Amino acid sequence: MSKMVTLTIDGIKVTVPEGTLLVDAARQAGIHIPVFCYHPKLEPAGMCRMCLVEIGRPMIDRNTGQPILDENGQPKLQFLGKLETACTNTVSEGMVVFTQSEKARQGQKATVEFLLTSHPLDCPICDKGGECPLQDLTMAYGPAQSRFEYEDKIHLAKHVPLGDLIYLDRERCILCSRCIRFQAELVGEAVLTFDERGRSSQIVTVSDPPFDSVFSGNTTDICPVGALTTADFRFGARPWELKAAASICSQCAVGCNIVYNTRREARSDGRIVIKRVLPRQNEEVNDLWICDKGRFGYHYTESRARLTAPRAEGRPVSWEQALQKAAEGLRSASQKALIASGRLSNEDLYTLKRLADHLQMPAYLYTPIGGGEWVRRYGLSTGSDLSALGKGDAILVVASDLYEEAPLWYLRVRQAAERGAALIIAHPRTTRLERQAPHQYVLRYAYGDEGEIIERLRREAKIAQTLHEARNLVIFFGNEGMGLEQSESLAAACADLLVETGHAGRIHNGLIGVWPHPNAQGAWELGFQPIFDLQPLFETMDALYLVALDPFGDGWVRQNGRKPFLIVQDILETATVRQADVVLAACAYTEREGTFTSGERRVQRYYPAVPRYGDSRPDFAITAALGAKLGLNLEAQSAARLFQEIAGAFPAFKGLDYARLAETRPQWPPTGRADYPFSGTAQPNTQGMGKILSAVAEGTMTPLPPTMQKESLRPEEGTLLLVPIHRLFDAGSLLTPSALLHGRIGAPHIILHPKTAQEAGVTAGEKVLIEWEDRQAEALVKVEEHVPVGVGLVPRSMGIPLSRAARARLHLAERVR
Amino acid sequence: MLKEIGRGLMTTFKMMLERPVTIQYPEQKRPVRTRYRGRHILRRYENGLERCIGCALCAAACPADAIFVEAAENTDEERYSPGERYASTYEINMLRCIFCGFCEDACPTEAIVLGDNYELSFTDRAQAIYTKEMLLEPVPPGGQPTPQKTPPGVYTRAVPEMEDPKD
Ligand code: SF4
Ligand code: SF4
Ligand code: FES
Repeated sequence: MSKMVTLTIDGIKVTVPEGTLLVDAARQAGIHIPVFCYHPKLEPAGMCRMCLVEIGRPMIDRNTGQPILDENGQPKLQFLGKLETACTNTVSEGMVVFTQSEKARQGQKATVEFLLTSHPLDCPICDKGGECPLQDLTMAYGPAQSRFEYEDKIHLAKHVPLGDLIYLDRERCILCSRCIRFQAELVGEAVLTFDERGRSSQIVTVSDPPFDSVFSGNTTDICPVGALTTADFRFGARPWELKAAASICSQCAVGCNIVYNTRREARSDGRIVIKRVLPRQNEEVNDLWICDKGRFGYHYTESRARLTAPRAEGRPVSWEQALQKAAEGLRSASQKALIASGRLSNEDLYTLKRLADHLQMPAYLYTPIGGGEWVRRYGLSTGSDLSALGKGDAILVVASDLYEEAPLWYLRVRQAAERGAALIIAHPRTTRLERQAPHQYVLRYAYGDEGEIIERLRREAKIAQTLHEARNLVIFFGNEGMGLEQSESLAAACADLLVETGHAGRIHNGLIGVWPHPNAQGAWELGFQPIFDLQPLFETMDALYLVALDPFGDGWVRQNGRKPFLIVQDILETATVRQADVVLAACAYTEREGTFTSGERRVQRYYPAVPRYGDSRPDFAITAALGAKLGLNLEAQSAARLFQEIAGAFPAFKGLDYARLAETRPQWPPTGRADYPFSGTAQPNTQGMGKILSAVAEGTMTPLPPTMQKESLRPEEGTLLLVPIHRLFDAGSLLTPSALLHGRIGAPHIILHPKTAQEAGVTAGEKVLIEWEDRQAEALVKVEEHVPVGVGLVPRSMGIPLSRAARARLHLAERVR
Repeated sequence: MLKEIGRGLMTTFKMMLERPVTIQYPEQKRPVRTRYRGRHILRRYENGLERCIGCALCAAACPADAIFVEAAENTDEERYSPGERYASTYEINMLRCIFCGFCEDACPTEAIVLGDNYELSFTDRAQAIYTKEMLLEPVPPGGQPTPQKTPPGVYTRAVPEMEDPKD
C-alpha cells in the first residue's frame, strides 16, 4: 500500500494515495475540476489549461524539515504567483487547493474564451451537442458573449475524413490531443499526430490506410468537442432523443458491455432502429472501450435479408404448420443431429440440448476451434479479473492474433504487459501484439509444428522459469494453422501446462479460448460436442436441425444429390436457409433478452433494445414449441426462468440468477452525464457487470488424458501451403450488411511473402487463381514481410472456402483464361 | 313589475339598433392580432433555400412532444439549406400542439414560426400530422425550389448566420 496524503480542496479534507493527480483527488471528493485534455485513462498532457486552480503548499523549514506555522499555529501556505494545472500536479501533504476562487474562476473563464476564439459555435447541428464537454463547461465557466465576430475567426476544413469511419471537423478541434494519446499510449499504434504549428496545428493521420486502427471509434467518445464524429452516426439524431438499452457485443468472445442507442426513424418506415453503439463501462472486461467491429457491425440485425416469417418448402406458412412439419421430419428420421453455433444465448442452447437429449440425437457446436472442454475445466473462475494482472504475473498467447480475433483482449493483454506482466507469444508470424506490446519472449514455430509448441516452451529454460515463477498465469489459445482436433490437443497441452506449473484451479489463472462467437463458451459449458466438417453429417443423416449457422454460405458443405431433411433456424436469409425444408424465423438478440458466456467464462445479460422483426420469435421459444410437438415440456416464455433451470442443472452456474447477473459495483473512473468532460461519453454500468462461472472441479483436479499430437501439414519446397487465418473485418453474413465497413473488409485476398510471390511469378495487386484439393477460388495478391516463406495466408469468411491448411497451386488469373 | 319588463325591453330595443358583433364566418374572416399563434410555417430564404437546419431544437423545446425531426447532410449537388445539415423529415402533430410558440423561440434560424391560420379541423388523426411539404412556405418569387444544385465553396458555414431574434 502506498503512502496516503491528506490535503484540502475547497475546504473539504481528502485522503488519497501519494502520487494521485489533483484532478483525480478532487473527483474522488465529488469536486469537478473542469478538464478538456485530461482523461483518467491517459497520461496527463497539460494541453488545454482548463483545469487551472490555486494551489497552496505548506512552507517547510529547511533546517527542521517541519512546516512553518503562523501565529495561529496553522502551517503557513505558499501560493505560486500564477494558477496551476490540476491535471499535471500531484497531491502533497497539507496542500490547500481552491478550485472556485475568484482568481481560479477568472483563469477558467479566460481559457474557455480562448478556446472559443476560433470555434464555429455550430452547436445546433453538431453531433456532440447535448453531450459536449465544451458546451457544458462553456455554460458553467465561460463568458456569456463572444467578443469575436464570426468573420474574424479562422476558418478551417469541416469535413476531413480520417479514414472511412471517422470524420474530423478542424474548426471544432481544440487540440487537446486526447485522440492522439489514446491511439499511441493505450492502443500502441501512433496513427494520429499533430501537423504544423501554432494556430495552424491540426490532427492528421500518418498511417496507410488512413486511421489504421480497429479502435478508432473510441476517439469520438473521448473527443471533448464535436471534432471527431463517426460516419455511421453523423447527423443521425440528437443525443437527447435516443433511448438506451444495455447489451453485450455479439461480434467476438470478449463480451464487451455496450449500450444500444435507439430511435424511431422515418427513413426506416417508422420502425425503432439502432442509431449507434456506445461502450458501457466494465473495468473487468472492456474499461470504457469497444472495437470498431462492435461499434459499426450491428447493421445485420436490421438487414433487408432478415427472415420475418417461418417457411416450408420455400413458401411462407404459419408457425403451427412450420413446427408441425419440422416435428414430423424429426420424428420420422432415424439418423438425426442438431448443430448450433455460439451466436445463441445460454437459454437457447440449454433448450436445444434438452430437445436433443429427448430425441436421443447428438448436439453439436459448430466451431473451427476446439478445446472448450479444457476451458470449462481449466478456465478462469469466479473472482478472476484480467485487469488485476501485472508485475509478477505471466500471460501466454498461443496461435492467436488477438488484435484481429479479439481486439479488447489485445488491449487487456497489452495493458497488463505495460504494468509489468511477462508476456510470452507463440505464433508462426509477427502479429500486432508482438509489434505493439512490451513482451518478454517470442516463440516462433513453423506451420505444422503446432504439436510441439508447449513442449518447446517447456524446453526454453527462461520461459519455463517465467511460467513456473509467475504468481498468476493466463493462457490464450487460438487455432492459427490448425484444424479442430489439433486445436483441441493444443488446449489440452495448455491445460497440462497450467497444472504442471501449479496454476490450475486458482483465481486469476486459467485457459481462455479465443472463440469467434460470443457464446461458444456457453455451448461448451452446457455439454455440446464440437464439429466443424459437416459434410459427413450431410451424407449420412436423415434429418438435421441447424440453428444460427450457414455452412452452405461458408462453402464447407457441397450438394451431392443426397440431402437430409433440413430444418434451419436463423435470423437472415442465408444460402443454408435457401436449402432448407423448414425455415424457422428467429429474432435477433437485440430484440429479446438472454445471457452470453464470454471466453473468460463470464456470464452477462443483454436486454431487448428494439421491437421484434416481423413474426420472428426468440430461439428458445421456437425450440420449446417444437419440443411441445414432440412430447417434451420446455419453458417457452421466460429467459429468466430458463436461466434458473440452468443454474439448477449445471454446478458451474450454481447460485447465479438474473438478479445477481445485474449487480454492479462502483467503478473508477466515474462515468455518466456529469462526468462526460472527465471520462467521455462511455455509458455508466447500471445493468450488470456479469459473473464468472465457478471452477468446475474446485480443489480436485480431473486427470488429463495424454495429449494427442495430430499431424498437420508443413510448408515444403516447391509447393504452397495455404493457411486460413482470422481477420476482424471479414465478409461473413453478419458483417456485410454494414455497408460502412466494406472499405475495411475489402476483396478476397491471399497474403504472401515477397519471396513466395516472386517464385510464383505474381506481384501485389494481381488477381490469381488458387487451386487446392478439388477446389479453386480467385483472390488478389497482397505481399507482406511477416508471412513465412512458402505459405499463403487466406482470411476466413472472405469468399475463399478454405476450412483447414492445404497444399495449393497459384496461377495468374489472366494466364488461366 | 311592468316597470321591470319595460326596462328589460328597453335594453333589447337599444341593442337592436347597435351594430352586431357576430360576423358571417367562414364567408367573413376577421384579421388576427399581430402576435397571434396559429398554424406553423416553415420559412425559406429569398433564394428558396430552406431555413430549417434540422437541429431538432424545436422538438426538444416542445412541451407537448408534437414535433418530429430527422436530419440529413447537404451536398452542393443536392442542397436544401445553406448549412451542413437539413431536415429530411419534419412533422408537427397539430392535435398535440398547444400553440405555445416555444418552438419558434428555440429555433436558431427563425425557420419555424407560428402563422395566422387557425383553420385546423380534421376528420382523422393522420390528417392532423402536418408534413414538411405542408408546412413549407411557397418558394418566393425569384427563388428556386429545393433541392438546389449550388456552386462549391459558397455555402461553407456549418450553420447559416444566426440573427438576434426579432419580433
Ligand atoms: S480531435 Fe478531439 S480529441 Fe483530437 S485533439 Fe481535437 S479536440 Fe482533442
Ligand atoms: S407551438 Fe408549442 S406545442 Fe406546438 S409544436 Fe411548437 S413548441 Fe410544440
Ligand atoms: S491542462 Fe489540465 S485538463 Fe487540460
